[in-house]
Amino acid sequence: MAELNMIRAINDALDVMLARDPAVLVFGEDVGYFGGVFRATDGLQAHHGAKRCFDTPISEGGIIAAAIGMGAQGLRPVPEIQFADYILPAYDQLVSEAARLRYRSGGEFWAPITVRSPYGGGIFGGQTHSQSPEAIFAHVTGLKTVIPSTPYDAKGLLIAAIECDDPVIFLEPKRLYNGPFDGRHERELATWTGHADAEVPVGHYRVPLGEARIAREGEHVTILAYGTMVHVALAAVEDTGIDAEVIDLRSIVPLDIEAIVRSVSKTGRCVVVHEASRFGGFGGELSSLVQERCFYHLEAPVERVAGWDTPYPHAFEWDYFPGPARIGAALCRVMENS
Amino acid sequence: MANRPPLDLHIPEPPARPGDAATFDHLDIPGAGLVRRPDPLGNAADMRDLPFELIRVLDEDGQAVGPWKPELSPDLMRKGLRAMLRTRAFDDRLFRAHRQGKTSFYMKSTGEEAIPAAQALVLESGDMCFPTYRVMGWLHARDYPLVDMVNQIFSNADDPLRGRQLPILFSARDYGFYSLSGNLGTRLGHAVGWAMASAYRGQDGIALAYSGEGTTAEGDFHEALTFAAVYRAPVIFAVTNNQWAISSFAGLAGTENTTFAGRAIGYGLPGLRVDGNDFLAVAAATQWAAERARANKGATLIEFFTYRVAGHSTSDDPTRYRPREEGESWPLGDPVERLRQHLVRLGEWDARLHEALLAELDAEVRAAVRAGEAVGTLGRSKPPLAEMFEGVFAEPDWRLLEQRREAGV
Repeated sequence: MAELNMIRAINDALDVMLARDPAVLVFGEDVGYFGGVFRATDGLQAHHGAKRCFDTPISEGGIIAAAIGMGAQGLRPVPEIQFADYILPAYDQLVSEAARLRYRSGGEFWAPITVRSPYGGGIFGGQTHSQSPEAIFAHVTGLKTVIPSTPYDAKGLLIAAIECDDPVIFLEPKRLYNGPFDGRHERELATWTGHADAEVPVGHYRVPLGEARIAREGEHVTILAYGTMVHVALAAVEDTGIDAEVIDLRSIVPLDIEAIVRSVSKTGRCVVVHEASRFGGFGGELSSLVQERCFYHLEAPVERVAGWDTPYPHAFEWDYFPGPARIGAALCRVMENS
Repeated sequence: MANRPPLDLHIPEPPARPGDAATFDHLDIPGAGLVRRPDPLGNAADMRDLPFELIRVLDEDGQAVGPWKPELSPDLMRKGLRAMLRTRAFDDRLFRAHRQGKTSFYMKSTGEEAIPAAQALVLESGDMCFPTYRVMGWLHARDYPLVDMVNQIFSNADDPLRGRQLPILFSARDYGFYSLSGNLGTRLGHAVGWAMASAYRGQDGIALAYSGEGTTAEGDFHEALTFAAVYRAPVIFAVTNNQWAISSFAGLAGTENTTFAGRAIGYGLPGLRVDGNDFLAVAAATQWAAERARANKGATLIEFFTYRVAGHSTSDDPTRYRPREEGESWPLGDPVERLRQHLVRLGEWDARLHEALLAELDAEVRAAVRAGEAVGTLGRSKPPLAEMFEGVFAEPDWRLLEQRREAGV
């Protein structure tokens, strides 16, 4: 075991996979010699050589297209898109090609690629370094979308993603890279030091895709969250004193529907939380699934807490960000509604 | 206000529209054998004249001339002729099958058959082509079973792509034919990635990336050429310039003042402009680029100058936007006729053999269509409905399992 922050855990996963499997290649903008703008690939080129970890042109579409071709040839590329806000030039490649290659070719070709990309706000990145685009990937069948919330999960999920034969969008909550940020931005920031989930095993292990984690057991209401919002939800539970069960979905495709149904059937209430804007967000899907499968257990309408339907505004970062107060208010509403 | 004329927006127009006399007078078509052939391992910077030439090997009399004359065995050329004729026979029969309501869609490659036929025969079995829908000649040259093509086009129970894909958007990995898509240009970067992977693994397979001239306007084209140049990927870019992208003439892809081969210069790659109706020139240019790629000298961009004789697809009527007789005035002739003439001239072919081959191919295509019809035409037969839910992921998730049950399968 070693205590690692999330960025070191991701770096460790890449290091482990580069050492284990010569088919694994890591590349992207500023990823090689420099080691990435967030240091996720720090030292990998020095350890594994420039043919295993290298810089690319500033061309997100080109990066993903090359990765798909490499994947179809037999490699397991792990391209990085520097910010999820910049993934859209590659969206055609992900939707029209990576997601459908296996299906349309009758199983002759597939794209076992893992696209890593930092996402989410809380860093004063303005609208071009803060967005949460998970819903536009979850909507595309053939893609898997994975979002860790702890260093332990980040490493284990990333290894599982790289070993998976399907294309995986691996969204890294960049606000969690250095600490379990819980949305209480006015307080002194916590680091991962001393956090139980920062204890990361040395070497290879997997956290299976599609298995949710119970971040906190509780009896009265279920909170469905992923990424940064898991920690924000825990803060809201602490602030309100409501005995909520916090489910960290860990991957939204595949989705652990059994864990969701089990928890909501037990608690009878559900609050869905994400940082992405609300309308058409993944919360709508979660809310529908809960309604379809747990209707007769529900004591109150399902609540959604999400970013507002505006672009991510620089000066109003903490007004936009669905912090503990907004989640807490939703918890109180569903508890009153009984 | 300054004393100068107002700005004026330029909208390109082709030289002739329906009702006009077809003309290719604006094209400069040089004779065969006039273009120099540099060392394929040479410096790209010393080849910047080539994108503005036109490499031709077969002259008006069917004689192979000049430095690009390839060393092709008569046997390979006969295979090429056969592949082109098989393409044409198949196209005609399946186009008719569409008109008879046996399928939803078809696309012919009439006039462009030499390009994939020659390339499939001079490249190796470990190489991978990233096709367009207009290079079915590759599969014909590599003897892909016709009945499997028919079954795919009919989307019937024996469709190798399990009823999931539009007619002729094939995939045939064992034949060096990557999965086709209706999106234009999206596989150009895959070809580069494939080639990079081959180089990374120290293998010897190279990639061939096809696009039409219209697709060169897509960002994917620029991205792929950039990546290929940066990593010296062993890939050949084949731009089949057939003058028309549905109703858009080549000028709308930006060639009123340059050539598609000329795009190579900006990337520091060699660019060759080749008579695409000349089987020998296509083979020679492909061999040159393959030799360069296999020697770790990187990519080449080849523009194959040709003409789309047929409509874009069964859904297109080209008489609405170009002169009806334009194809007949195309100055580079018919690729089939030109190779046949060359083989006859060599004493390797004659009218009797030609007639026999036509009859044989006609019978082969008819038999394949009959076999496909016996399985079923579109809508009369299809793969098991369960196939709709297979192959989305390596293993289906609960959604697909539930929805499959919901669909009753």
